[in-house]
Amino acid sequence: MKVWEYGDNINTDMLFPGKYTYTCSTAEEIKPHLLEDLDPSFAKNVTEGDVIFAGKNFGCGSSREQPVVGLKAVGIAAVVAESFARIFYRSAINQGLLLIECPDAIGAYQPGDAVVLDVARGSISVGSKSFSFPKLPKEILAIRDAGGLLPYTREKLRQKKRLY
Amino acid sequence: MTFAEKILAKYGGETHVQPGQIVTVKPDHLLMHDNAAPIISKIQPELQQYGVFRKDLPVVVLDHVIPAAAEKNALQHKQIREFVKTHGLKYFFDVGCGVCHQIILEKGLALPGTLLLGSDSHTCSYGAVGAFSSGIDRTEAAALLLTGETWLKVPQSIKIILTGGLEKGVYAKDVILSIIGDLSASGADYCSVEFTGDIAQFSVDERFTMANMGVEMGAKNAVFPVDAVTVAYLTSIGVSQTKYQPIAADADAYYERVCTYDLSQIGPVVAVPHSVDAVKPITEVEGTEIQQCLLGTCTNGRVSDFEVAANILKGHNVHPSVRLLLLPSSRAVYLESLKKGFISVLLEAGATILPPGCGPCLGAHQGVLAPGERCLSTSNRNFKGRMGCKEAEIYLASPATVAVSAIHGKITDPRRMMRK
Repeated sequence: MKVWEYGDNINTDMLFPGKYTYTCSTAEEIKPHLLEDLDPSFAKNVTEGDVIFAGKNFGCGSSREQPVVGLKAVGIAAVVAESFARIFYRSAINQGLLLIECPDAIGAYQPGDAVVLDVARGSISVGSKSFSFPKLPKEILAIRDAGGLLPYTREKLRQKKRLY
Repeated sequence: MTFAEKILAKYGGETHVQPGQIVTVKPDHLLMHDNAAPIISKIQPELQQYGVFRKDLPVVVLDHVIPAAAEKNALQHKQIREFVKTHGLKYFFDVGCGVCHQIILEKGLALPGTLLLGSDSHTCSYGAVGAFSSGIDRTEAAALLLTGETWLKVPQSIKIILTGGLEKGVYAKDVILSIIGDLSASGADYCSVEFTGDIAQFSVDERFTMANMGVEMGAKNAVFPVDAVTVAYLTSIGVSQTKYQPIAADADAYYERVCTYDLSQIGPVVAVPHSVDAVKPITEVEGTEIQQCLLGTCTNGRVSDFEVAANILKGHNVHPSVRLLLLPSSRAVYLESLKKGFISVLLEAGATILPPGCGPCLGAHQGVLAPGERCLSTSNRNFKGRMGCKEAEIYLASPATVAVSAIHGKITDPRRMMRK
């Protein structure tokens, strides 16, 4: 598993250039352009299970969801950051991409450290240190457990129909 | 309770809420633009089976890549028109009507005390008239189309008190850029931002400019109190006071942070590449050569903005090495600016006018930059690659700064041309 390390304020144009927003919508269309203007080596070399470590305000900017859809599609296990921008955070819940807000883990990371995630226990270990991160509220976990917002919504609609 | 707490309590069916609490809300409107095509493509079977939640819930505006730049855009626009027709949607604004946020304002779809969500980050703009509005992604817009409801977390609130008056040559854009420069691009992450203080001096146009950029400091929403200025604006677009119920923060509301800005101490500023919070006094960047100027967008493309620019450019020529692009935020703005003579002044000076929409702001078409070029823009983002080229630079400023700089071919302090 590789750790991709980036700084503060990684915005949506860096994650997925705006010029493709209305021509690329599917995961396959999105993948080759992921992080194109930030790190051209990312799309070529990312593999399933990799994680991203970043600073403050990851995902700031546009409401475009291609960054989240793309990171999920290439198999990013989690984005760990000091903080996230809110539309990106919501979008990650909707797509089932794991985001971990853990400034201590970011602070502790040294290049080459092994990173191990334990989502069920809410912990992340970086090198020899272990950090816990808070669980999501139950309303949000319900969306994630359903596999994302659309499966959650489909189930809700089915249940509603049964009631009437 | 703060504004956000009060409105989320109302829409969440609670008498009292506190930051961190999650409420389920039914927004009054759901905004979508060209991205309505990918949104509806996610839920075709469900749309056939269940239909849209309410025909007057969605507001669909074609603005991002208009007129279609390529067959793919044209096809998406066609799919959206068919969707609107099939489901009998009440609010659809086709190519040329304007930028979605301006349309929502002009058509009276955002009113004091209402709640709107939209699949665009600048949905936060409607706080200009005392609405709670916030951006969401496409997937959430798709779910909302079907169910009409979603969850919102009650945010912490930040109060920004504006005191005193602005020096000549300094505008609302300089105020909001200065605030973002001070608080940083993450300074209001997840928070509701309330502007207060000596706000009566700011028109709805100017409040729109400031609320629009709330998201550039991470805000969930940004809002102004409803006052005589708001009421007069809404009356002017045919919305009487009986049609809305403003929500005001309680006097004893708790704010996570309170910031006070003395407006008389703010000068013209420029956000330099590649971050909106990289804000510098104009004196530090004066003389930087520019090849393109963009005057317009949802941030600064209203009649009052073209008036400021026309007053500066009257009798002058745009510098031969500069392309000045005008991007009215709506057809109504375009028409009004034409009638008032502002557009002819700007065209005589050498400007090029683009159709009302998002144009070069997001780099998909019209006015894309070349490597090594610099653009001085009244838009809201200067991210690397934003105008279609990662080797170009974008600087953000007020319409006055852009107009003066267009004459000189380099970034120029507008106070130099202001008649005292």
